[in-house]
Amino acid sequence: MPKPVAIIGQVILYGAFAAFIGYFATSPKYHQVADDVALIKLSISHLGERECRKRSPEELAKMPPNMRAPLDCPRERSDIRLEVDLDGQPILQTVMHPTGLYKDGVSTIYRRFEVKAGSHQLAVRMNDNLVKPGFNFVKEERISLKPHQVMVIDFNPDQGGLFFR
Amino acid sequence: MSLHTTLRKGASSVFLRIEEALDGPFGGADNPLRHLGALGLYLLWVIVGSGLYLYTVLDTGIDAVYSSIGYLSLEQWYFGGVLRSLHRYASDGFMLVMTLHLIREWCYGRYYGFRLYSWMTGVPLLWLAYISGIGGYWIVWDQLAQLSATATAELLDWLPIFSEPSARNFLTPDSISDRFFTMLVFIHIGVPLLLILGLWAHVHRISHVDYLPTRRVMLATLLALIVLSLLQPALSNPPANLALIPGELDFDWFILFIHPLTDLTSPAIVWLLLFALTALLFALPLLPHPAPEPAAVVDPANCTGCDRCLADCPYAAIAMQPHPLRPGFKLAVVDSDLCAACGICAGSCPSSTPFRRRETLVTGIDMPQQSIHALREQLEQALAGLAGPHRVVVFACARGAEASTLAAADTAVLPLLCAGMLPPSFVEYALRGGADGVLLNTCRAGSCDFRLGDRWTRERLAGEREPHLRRTVPAARLQLCAAGAGDEGTLSAALNDFRARLDNEALAGEQLPPYLRRASNHA
Repeated sequence: MPKPVAIIGQVILYGAFAAFIGYFATSPKYHQVADDVALIKLSISHLGERECRKRSPEELAKMPPNMRAPLDCPRERSDIRLEVDLDGQPILQTVMHPTGLYKDGVSTIYRRFEVKAGSHQLAVRMNDNLVKPGFNFVKEERISLKPHQVMVIDFNPDQGGLFFR
Repeated sequence: MSLHTTLRKGASSVFLRIEEALDGPFGGADNPLRHLGALGLYLLWVIVGSGLYLYTVLDTGIDAVYSSIGYLSLEQWYFGGVLRSLHRYASDGFMLVMTLHLIREWCYGRYYGFRLYSWMTGVPLLWLAYISGIGGYWIVWDQLAQLSATATAELLDWLPIFSEPSARNFLTPDSISDRFFTMLVFIHIGVPLLLILGLWAHVHRISHVDYLPTRRVMLATLLALIVLSLLQPALSNPPANLALIPGELDFDWFILFIHPLTDLTSPAIVWLLLFALTALLFALPLLPHPAPEPAAVVDPANCTGCDRCLADCPYAAIAMQPHPLRPGFKLAVVDSDLCAACGICAGSCPSSTPFRRRETLVTGIDMPQQSIHALREQLEQALAGLAGPHRVVVFACARGAEASTLAAADTAVLPLLCAGMLPPSFVEYALRGGADGVLLNTCRAGSCDFRLGDRWTRERLAGEREPHLRRTVPAARLQLCAAGAGDEGTLSAALNDFRARLDNEALAGEQLPPYLRRASNHA
């Protein structure tokens, strides 16, 4: 190939290389969710309850003085039942299992729910001790979500249990 | 033929055609497609160099990191901004080149046998490269970083590796602290360091590694990336805000494509794809392949320990040890697992000269499937049978253009395992044995299946490398051609041109004195 033609060819090909990189480094643009959508993130990490038994005075008397704990608690934690309703419709019903080989770790959950922006009735129910019926933590609220807003459902016993933020 | 082989052959045919088309404007030595590994390494050094500057000016705080990088692009666009853009575009280029390199090596069947080690050590580098690239995007902490960090955490949480979901770290704006960025910087430096270490291992069993492409390729690539950086500077998306979902984003599809893929499918499918692809790449060498060719064999009695085979072996398959019979001398030892059976070592051996008078030519290192002795026998028989005004001997690499069709009464064709296996003294031997000219065909420049065969051949014939062709051999009686597989027309045209040149009467006086080995003396 004559040198001038080869040089022009090289310029075109290096230009194409740069253009290819330049284009796909920024384009096409990515839109993860639609404009009228908001996100509810459910993220809970909590130790399930343990069903403890109160030791009788006779039992405690038989134990060495330094080991006389009033409660006899198993190592295992309870599963946690969780339900989420949005506008009266259940969107999640699950049971979270404790982590760890001995099932003594936290139970965790992380879910994303893409919902239309606007006003919604959100209800979350949780039972962290399945020996007992029903739900010992309930949070129900009318929420208003703006487009692209992220709302988090979390749990913290120090903040009164379930909370939205 | 299995489906895999059919697929591979089809892909290699396409790749080869593109490569050959690019030979036109670039030439073999400067053809980027023929030097993808070296080009990738070069881009990595561009990334490292630009990254070092970015590291020095980066302020690792939640807000400071965004503003300090933004300052580069907006206020210091002429230097810091260009370096930032170079960092990004070179990273994208690296991903592109790395992927093409992988596909090319697979196409050409360079993943088993003596190349097994390089293939196996290359596969983990894909993971390290993408981890480095994805982590790099997080440091900017713009909305793209937010999307990538959250999506990566959600993807990782699908695997049972964390007791608590790692995505909890990106729930709300106050989930992130300055320490996160300090950790990110260390990860973004640590993983690339691992990548460089892995690259060292990747090329460890190759000798004469092309660590960099030619100067022309480097300059042109850098220039192209600088022009791109000036025309389209790399900029941040709006700052991250974990209280909001990122909107429409400028998206780097080379590095972050995994996130849209996850959104389109599911984490389970993405992990399945990633692990399946990795397992497939590792398993490819286990598929049935042709049995390896016999490895080179050393004859201790004829090995002088000169090191030339050690210097020329493209795959570091030769080591030197103390000679067991000659104190103070060395002996070449071949690692058959690494031997590519190219015969380049036989071509480099000073004992491979056909002028030796012994009836059986035993050289220091030889190929069982095509010994130097057999080659001399073939040549002598061919010379004896040649007739015509211009008798030409064609030595042709068996992996290059098909040369057997050129055989005629005045043309003898001798195939070689690789052009590099031909000791230059065979050219002189052919000319002194009755040939009027010798045509030596290699693969196209830079496309030798054994990496260095064409290069060593050119250097030996030009007297730049031992063993060299003696200067007394008239250059006009030697024609070097670089016609790869499929370039039969080029080879045929080269032979015709050569014949036309041999017609030149001025060559008549440039005849070498005949040599008849069996007469045990110069005739």
